[in-house]
Amino acid sequence: MTDATHTPSDGPMLTADGIPLKKSLQIALRRQKLRALVLIAPLLLFVLISFIAPIADMLFRSVENDIVSQTLPRTVIALQDWDYDDGKAAAPEKEVFAALYVDLSEAEEFKTHTRLGSRLNYETTGMSSLLRKTGRGLRRMGTSIYTEQFEALDPKWVEPAVWVVLMEQPGVATALPETASAWDSWKRIVANKGDLLAEEQPDDFIYTTLYRDLANQPATAIAAYTGAEAGLLMAADSAVDGFETVSLKDQFIKMDEDWASPQVWGTVKAFSSPYTAGYFLASVDLKQTPAGIEQQPENQKVYMLLFGRTMFMSVVIMGSCILLGYPIAYLLSNLPLRTSNLLLILVLLPFWTSLLVRTSAWKVLLQQQGVINDILVWLGLVSDGDRLVMINNQFGTIVAMTHILLPFMILPLYSVMKTIPQTYVRAAKSLGATDWTAFWRVYFPQSVPGIGAGSILVFILSIGYYITPELVGGTTGTFISNRIAYHISSSLNWGLAAALGTILLAVVLLLYWVYDRIVGIDNVSLG
Amino acid sequence: MKFKLATLLCGAALATTGVHAQDVKMADTLTLVSWGGAYQKSQIAAYSEPYQAMHPDLKIVWDESSAEAVAKLRAMNEAGNITWDLVDVVAADAIRLCDEGLAMEFDADELLLPATDGTPASEDFGDLLVSDCFIPQIVYSTTFGYRTDMVGDTPPTNICDVFDLEKYPGKRSLEKRPINNMEWALLCDGVAKADVYDVLETEEGQARALAKLDTIKDEVVWWSAGADTPQLLADGEVVMGSTYNGRLFSVIEEQKQPVAMLWDAQVFDLDGWIIPAGLPAEHQARVEDFVKFATDTQRLADQAKYISYGPARNSSAPLVGKHADLGIDMAPHMPTDPANATNTFLYNYTWWADYRDDLDAKFQAWLAQ
Repeated sequence: MTDATHTPSDGPMLTADGIPLKKSLQIALRRQKLRALVLIAPLLLFVLISFIAPIADMLFRSVENDIVSQTLPRTVIALQDWDYDDGKAAAPEKEVFAALYVDLSEAEEFKTHTRLGSRLNYETTGMSSLLRKTGRGLRRMGTSIYTEQFEALDPKWVEPAVWVVLMEQPGVATALPETASAWDSWKRIVANKGDLLAEEQPDDFIYTTLYRDLANQPATAIAAYTGAEAGLLMAADSAVDGFETVSLKDQFIKMDEDWASPQVWGTVKAFSSPYTAGYFLASVDLKQTPAGIEQQPENQKVYMLLFGRTMFMSVVIMGSCILLGYPIAYLLSNLPLRTSNLLLILVLLPFWTSLLVRTSAWKVLLQQQGVINDILVWLGLVSDGDRLVMINNQFGTIVAMTHILLPFMILPLYSVMKTIPQTYVRAAKSLGATDWTAFWRVYFPQSVPGIGAGSILVFILSIGYYITPELVGGTTGTFISNRIAYHISSSLNWGLAAALGTILLAVVLLLYWVYDRIVGIDNVSLG
Repeated sequence: MKFKLATLLCGAALATTGVHAQDVKMADTLTLVSWGGAYQKSQIAAYSEPYQAMHPDLKIVWDESSAEAVAKLRAMNEAGNITWDLVDVVAADAIRLCDEGLAMEFDADELLLPATDGTPASEDFGDLLVSDCFIPQIVYSTTFGYRTDMVGDTPPTNICDVFDLEKYPGKRSLEKRPINNMEWALLCDGVAKADVYDVLETEEGQARALAKLDTIKDEVVWWSAGADTPQLLADGEVVMGSTYNGRLFSVIEEQKQPVAMLWDAQVFDLDGWIIPAGLPAEHQARVEDFVKFATDTQRLADQAKYISYGPARNSSAPLVGKHADLGIDMAPHMPTDPANATNTFLYNYTWWADYRDDLDAKFQAWLAQ
């Protein structure tokens, strides 16, 4: 007998097959847990893929900024030595412009330069057209003179096959670093066009980098290269000193004088890292400038105001939902079942009507030539000249949203109140409590979990609402969500929209935590 | 004569169809995206129904998502699954889609048919080809309409009457964005038409435009949907308001409301097609075939039978006839009609592409104050 070999006092208890009981139990439990996990796995995966992952992806956009370093990789590196110096700096050296020329030559093929323009235009006005214009002008930079001079030197230079052989040699990247890097771009361009590398004469920018390499690299570096076409290269190296040249810097500045502006280069440099806090700063009315973080000018501060307004109005809407919903829920739960069912349907009926229809109905009711104003004028309560302004402002938004969100308050309240036995109130009264005391000391505390649940629902729904405020909010009744919607669908500034959304999410979680500390989340019930 | 032209063009379109059929088989579905409402109806009647008649096996699907087209196309592109074949957008959006690489670039003379007299498409559309990705369909304008019964005996004739609260008291509706409003404000603050964008480029100019708008801010109802102003005018909620001229046409001529047009300083804008970049070859062939047909001289002129927007081709203008249901002459209702176009303003696309983000932030902050 296995259990006879151990006394219970000095060793672990064992099961029949000699495994300690604790371990055996753990195994059994683990198996059970695994089975449970497998059972919920489809749901878990579904939630993960269709809900958590997209949200995480969207939130990630609020810091993502790799477009600059991906579109202008060489420029970003060349720009490292340049300092903005509070706007007093001169435009960068010609090396930066040469890097920019190669980067843009590739970007122009993939249309990423305009995308970069839209991105940087969020930070500095004018970047969009600067990059679009530059993309168009890239062919007229005058760099074809390098191509022509290399061709005049030796017609082999315009043979695609010669280039392919040369650039595939092992030592060529050390001898011609810029050309090798530009050649990688050229390979991608040709592949994107669906052409063959061996049939396409390289673009002017390849000849430009070749010239730069031959002119800048020490003769020994070129001589050290001994692979195929070394003779061709040596001949060119000794000839380039006599080449006619063109200044890329001058060409860029001639195309648009903004290329001489430190502001432009400062923006490129400030946003060259793959992650940025810029969107979050913009969300709280700050901005990242080449000189550092600054306050947004007074006439552009809008987000903090809107966050504050969103919170304030959501609280007001929540409060008015409690005030209106509590008596209704109380009535519903205390009436005989038949009547209360009928009333419940009346509560739910608007819930099933289209949101737009309900919002438009409020327009008809509240506008200056609307039903309510007409009745007031007819009753003589207001004169025809000064009809009340009840819509396209905060008041209109609060009224319409209270109406729309009311069922979310009534339903949890109702289901909680249903469970409160009427005998408690009766008992309180029989012990001498007045109606008010019986309600306030006995009934109300038991309905608090319903208020909690309803308030959380209404508050969270209302801070993310945007259709109703958009339609009836005018200028003073719009929410932060209207700005988020604008940046998602109109301005396409998804990074800023993501940052605003992240902040909103964080605020909700924070408030939830505060609520948990004050009221206790266990004290919330949906019935 | 018109019939002959149409058959001729149909023949031409069929001929090109034949050429394409040899290259790539054309997809048998076509998903078109437009704005819904009366505008989409005019496109269905003028473009897709005749095309459907020529290709009975084709399944044409209409989507009404143009208002969110830019964002949706970007999302589709990121997901790598483009489900739209042809998308109707305003020119400014076409420029942005082109900038983002989401719309296909094309050569106008290759993709589009020449005019009936042989003028190449690039000349027939002329300046309206504002982007390498944009196929213009119509010229529309944003202009003001006013209640004839609420303005007394002297109806407004000048754009600056919008800013004159003494002469025309009451609410006015303006679009909830800086575009157009800033330009009108400067025009009425004494800036010459040619200098508007130069002034608006400066901080002082922007402040000046907002200051001018400030004078009527309390009396403005801000709209964001094109249907708002017509509704507000019909309800008598506003004395005057800006919207698209086609919307006003339907309020005035179809619904017979006491509303009239104030054409002064109307802002011309363009609407047209873009082809999403990266379509599968079959869809590409189909959509190119459809676009060839739907943007020929006759088809563009036909659209004006249903809605009061001017056709984008020069050669279509003489073919504009009467309204299909009302039987009234459409030419006098076109924004491009000489009588309406005595004082027009041309929306500067490239300028707004740069300044939109900046001015929008300022405008929103101003609104929220």
